[in-house]
Amino acid sequence: MKTITIAIAAALFGLSAQASIAHDYKLGALEIGHPYARATPPNAPVSGGYLTIRNTGDEADRLIGGEAGFADRVEIHEMSMENDVMKMRELSDGVEIPAGGEVVLKPGGYHIMFIGLDSRMAEGESRTATLTFEKAGSIEVDFSVENINKIKDRMKNDGHGDMDHGDMGHDSMKHGD
Amino acid sequence: MMPRIALKTGIWVALATLFLSSLGLLLWQYTVQGTDRSLSAKLELGTDFSLTDHNGDTITEAAFAGRPTLIYFGFTRCPEVCPTTLYELSGWFEALGDEGRDLQAFFISVDPERDTPEIMKGYAEAFGDRVTGITGDPDEVARVIAAWHVYAAKIPTDDGDYTMDHTASVFLIGRDGRFRGTIAYGEDFESATGKLRRLAGIS
Repeated sequence: MKTITIAIAAALFGLSAQASIAHDYKLGALEIGHPYARATPPNAPVSGGYLTIRNTGDEADRLIGGEAGFADRVEIHEMSMENDVMKMRELSDGVEIPAGGEVVLKPGGYHIMFIGLDSRMAEGESRTATLTFEKAGSIEVDFSVENINKIKDRMKNDGHGDMDHGDMGHDSMKHGD
Repeated sequence: MMPRIALKTGIWVALATLFLSSLGLLLWQYTVQGTDRSLSAKLELGTDFSLTDHNGDTITEAAFAGRPTLIYFGFTRCPEVCPTTLYELSGWFEALGDEGRDLQAFFISVDPERDTPEIMKGYAEAFGDRVTGITGDPDEVARVIAAWHVYAAKIPTDDGDYTMDHTASVFLIGRDGRFRGTIAYGEDFESATGKLRRLAGIS
């Protein structure tokens, strides 16, 4: 009995450990690092997807879109904060990944929008989506679903910026009218 | 004769100069200091209203008074700032514990056409029982948005759909129903909880 419990515990541990380990993909000259998506509150019809794309080739490429079984649409968006106003724009031409360069899709900037979710995205789950690049073609990747705390930790550890966009006018009334 | 004309002209020039310089000073105050915190105390924000809370009941401005209150404008199709802010907000409440036990928050939809009370209920309740979603007649919501000087704009997307740009700050209201300040998007935890502690302490 004890051995079985240990075996189950070990298996569970193995599973959870695996879920939190970064996963990477390769498509031609492109290296795609750890796709993750935001866990959603109930009734939220959208979620954001994030990842890192490195282009080891000598030709620029573009992430132009994708599709997913769990969402009606997959779009590339850019978020920005201007005077305390959150702005979001669809990037119809996608995001360029320069030759020899790296693009990080992360909270507060470029992100993949999953629109029209078929169900709530809970932490610890994984969702499969296809990403399409202008030159390299398409690739299926798994997005691990993470909660905001984990996403913040990741951003801190990666050194890819932070979530602090409110570095101005904390007390003052700033409104974009 | 000559000196009198010169004197008259001199007075007029002095008056004109005085007038122009005070006008300039006013303009300078308005444009340069318009967002200064010393003026925020004089800002009259908000309005009376009648909308629908996430339980389908009528809610009015009276709900904002009597308890220290946070209000946040957003929408459920907002992928990032809204869930992040509401999540942080529930963290502030938790961290303040007893000290902030009568703090309450309202999540007002800037997208009332799509955010029904049913949708708002499941969404808002995920952030704790002290967060109440508010939606309702789009014209009435627009009036509330304007009265709080909140920016909210529909941005069409290529597929015929739309998204919303909107002010991402949290507004703080004292027990007296008066505007007390804001917490900016991404403001650090210590600063935010400090403001809430002060808000809860004001009688």
